[in-house]
Amino acid sequence: MTGTDALTLALGAVAVGAGALVVTTRHLVRAGLYLVVSLGAVAGLFLVLTAELVAWVQLLIYVGAVVVLLLFAVMLTRAPIGASDDLDRPGWPAALIGGGAGLGLAALLVDAYRWSTVELPEPGTAERLGAEVFGSWVLPFEVLSVLLLSALVGAVVVSVRIPGRRR
Amino acid sequence: MRPVIPYVAAALLFGLGVYGVLRRRNAVLVLMAVELMLNAVNLLLVTANAAPLATVSGPPAAAPAAPDAPAVDTAAAPPLTGQAFSLFVIVIAAAEVGVGLAIVLQLYRLRATIAVDDVPLDTHTPDTGPRAVVAAAPAAPARDGSASREPGPGERARGAER
Repeated sequence: MTGTDALTLALGAVAVGAGALVVTTRHLVRAGLYLVVSLGAVAGLFLVLTAELVAWVQLLIYVGAVVVLLLFAVMLTRAPIGASDDLDRPGWPAALIGGGAGLGLAALLVDAYRWSTVELPEPGTAERLGAEVFGSWVLPFEVLSVLLLSALVGAVVVSVRIPGRRR
Repeated sequence: MRPVIPYVAAALLFGLGVYGVLRRRNAVLVLMAVELMLNAVNLLLVTANAAPLATVSGPPAAAPAAPDAPAVDTAAAPPLTGQAFSLFVIVIAAAEVGVGLAIVLQLYRLRATIAVDDVPLDTHTPDTGPRAVVAAAPAAPARDGSASREPGPGERARGAER
């Protein structure tokens, strides 16, 4: 067990623990804040796994933008401030399916990788990742820009129209 | 580096996301659980980029890269396909959460609730306006109580068709 392993173990434990709190807490706002912790720990895992640029993009977009958007949605839908009891459905099927999916995937990956070791590759700096994206994956990149534009327009169109208002 | 640790963390995060999507009633919390799932997939992609199954060696750490001759120059600078795909997934997640939250806010305006199991799937309520919905909160009697209102733009269009 090297230092890298200890680091991945600690960050993975933080990510999974905060994720468990996200799906079980009874405070809406705290769920968003636990999501920040979980996504930040995943960003740290990206750093350990030599994905520098992905880690910073994760921090910028997820922690910076997506969580703020979610918290704004919590505020705009007039969520209760304290703990609320009606956030959950009675959930044995959910526990069964979620636990089955998680533990099944974990068992599959453990069976595939056992306790093996690999050497970490060179860090994925912005230069190398940029060369990869603009060398091999130009078409998906362009399609994604069109997707982002249409999502922007779609979000505006959906939220501008107030139901029942006469034009 | 033992790749099994981040792989198992990704699998458990995905399971937690599935559990959250199925368990939560609040639509915003459902979206948070979806974000957890997308992040698990990102972690899986990045880990697979650092430790693909073909290059995993056993505990003796005898790493046979790839026996082919042309694999030499790719071993010098291994491709970053997994990281590029995780960037794409992050972009798709951003688009998804934007549109999803717009839909959630519209649902809140229409029904004054965002509990996903309060949304009637089998009845189509025409545009009753926010006042009618707020006056008759449980959404079902809203159609009866709004009989004297003015016809919405959709209804007028349908009447013109007839």
